[in-house]
Amino acid sequence: MSEAMSELAVSGLYAAVDGHEILRGVGVTVRSGEVHALMGPNGSGKSTLSHVLMGRGDYDVTAGSVTLDGEELLGLPTWQRARVGLFLAMQYPTEVPGVGLEDFLAAATGENENGDEDGDGDLSVRITEEAARLGIPDEFLTRGVNVEFSGGEKKRNETLQLAVLRPKIAVLDEIDSGLDIDALRDISRRVEAMTHEDGLGVLAITHYARLLTELRPDRVHILMAGRIVASGGPELADQLEESGYDGLASELGVEELAVEGPVQRSTDEDPFGDPTAGALPFEV
Amino acid sequence: MTNAFTADASRSLGGPDWLEARRAAAFEKLDGLEWPTSADEVWRYSRIDSFDPERYRPTPYEELGPPGDEKAPGGGPVAAEAGERAGLVVVRDGRVVHHELDEQLESKGVRVCELATCGEAEVADVLGSVADASPDAFTILHDAFLAGGAFIRVPAGVVVERPIVVVHWSDGDGLASFPHTVVVADEGSEVTVLDRFSSPDTDHLVDAVVELLIGDGATAKYLSIQDHGPRTWHVGLQRAHLGRDASLSSSAVALGGDYSRLRSEAFLGGEGANSDQLAVYFGAGDQMLDFRTLQDHAAARTTSNLLFKGAVEDNARSVYSGLVHLRQSAKKAVAHQTNRNLVLTDGAGAESIPNLEIEADEVQCTHASAVGPIDEDQLYYLESRGVAPADAERLIVLGFFDDVFDRLPVPSLVSTLRRSVDEKVGHLDA
Repeated sequence: MSEAMSELAVSGLYAAVDGHEILRGVGVTVRSGEVHALMGPNGSGKSTLSHVLMGRGDYDVTAGSVTLDGEELLGLPTWQRARVGLFLAMQYPTEVPGVGLEDFLAAATGENENGDEDGDGDLSVRITEEAARLGIPDEFLTRGVNVEFSGGEKKRNETLQLAVLRPKIAVLDEIDSGLDIDALRDISRRVEAMTHEDGLGVLAITHYARLLTELRPDRVHILMAGRIVASGGPELADQLEESGYDGLASELGVEELAVEGPVQRSTDEDPFGDPTAGALPFEV
Repeated sequence: MTNAFTADASRSLGGPDWLEARRAAAFEKLDGLEWPTSADEVWRYSRIDSFDPERYRPTPYEELGPPGDEKAPGGGPVAAEAGERAGLVVVRDGRVVHHELDEQLESKGVRVCELATCGEAEVADVLGSVADASPDAFTILHDAFLAGGAFIRVPAGVVVERPIVVVHWSDGDGLASFPHTVVVADEGSEVTVLDRFSSPDTDHLVDAVVELLIGDGATAKYLSIQDHGPRTWHVGLQRAHLGRDASLSSSAVALGGDYSRLRSEAFLGGEGANSDQLAVYFGAGDQMLDFRTLQDHAAARTTSNLLFKGAVEDNARSVYSGLVHLRQSAKKAVAHQTNRNLVLTDGAGAESIPNLEIEADEVQCTHASAVGPIDEDQLYYLESRGVAPADAERLIVLGFFDDVFDRLPVPSLVSTLRRSVDEKVGHLDA
């Protein structure tokens, strides 16, 4: 992977949810081995950008283009974007009851498509090795994906999948949220190693600068109200840490920080995740 | 009845006198019996209104052959799938055509035989002692044409480690058959029974009764698998009576048939008895899978736990209607009831109706029910890692059933069952 240079190029990207424009001309280019931080206040469109890149159905892309090594992604379904080398580590990884990690990743890589029930063992070995590297106990590998995982365990599991699938470009959507300092360090180190060893390009979306003390960015971009209003080196994150989003906005002469309209959607509704969900317990 | 279910037909099925007399008594009840309709609450949402008794006649004696005249070899691949077993009964159209039992168990007094030939003293008092408490038109019809069936009895204190396998095969267009399985686990014994109901693509009515009599302190595991051909109608009662501190896991897997209905009932009559009821069902095409459950607590400190999970696709329908009944005598009882359904296509549908009737004090009772499509977030999550949509759907559906599969009593069969479900998911997409 390290010899072949890859490039994710986002340009002039506009997107709306339920008729509300959330992204208003986003442009950013991420190449192999680079770490880009995309920072922005709540409601600036950060998560929307991540899901638009991955092709979630709830968003209407109204203009722009997203290419990976020259191939336009916007017309591709989500799973094909993943197959060409894009990965999204989600802010709220979904619980999938009864689906074990190995079956899941075998389906993700198409390794079992020839009906080989046991696979070639390679995937299984990679999963075990990565789990050890990330400090994930074996018992988590046999359970349903993310089911009854803590916030930190879910993020370690996202990183495990990232490492096993070896995409070209990874978008990390608030990978730092819900993490204690040890988990943040473990995950950041693993991601950073992938940028060196595998040439992974990273777009790390975050609200807080604290991630960037562990995962050192080459470039920092500030997203406000659906536009990138500033780009620079790591010093831009320091400036943000100093001034806050309001201060930075007035320094930059930006009036609008967030976009209006329904930005947040619940991702935790899972009618089948909890066997007692919807129960009407009572005692007489 | 103005059809082929005549007194003569009932009489001509042969067998011992006591069984013929039992059929005759049931036949009298048939006379003037009003056939149910979907206006009856217990048949609501069912296909009973399209049931036409004129379509069927009882499998005649000439086809059944005389009881005890066992010619069939041992069960074939269907029986082999269950893995190592302690005993085997092969039943064709309700007649036992082969049976075998581990010699050591036989010497300990375990009985595996054809109920028509085991002997009146052994069978007559037990037969019906469970099912008679919950009659309906189909059990009366069943009793009026009962020619034979599997009889399994484990004496007090005997542990049967490997499963006893019963294979029911029903065949013949326009025929009705009446399979019957009796399992008696005497005090402190342990037994696992697998009942498998199959048919080819035949327009056949299978009217089945399963009776599980679980004695004090006995532990029994029971699994019925229904994988009939696409035109077969199956109407079954699977009922258990549990003694003091008895423990039962009674499970059902329903995959085949045109209309398949199962009443799964547990009567907890002894203090401290514990019952689990489990089911996996998957309907495709124009199938309807219909379940009525009862957790009937009649003694103190009894516990029951029901988990039924189903999925429907194409134009298939499913019905779950379940009652938890905590009688006055069921002090400190604990009962849980959960039914969850995945509806995979717009044309499919599922009904889920949990009910509680509580007359006792100091009880704990929960129920939960859900009907819905596959969770979009789960699909998106799997697809975001490169899983193709059809594979993502398959993984999620199989995962949905996983907690029931894990608890089924014959683990060696689970991979076969998973594969059967896997093959059904989205089979029309392919």
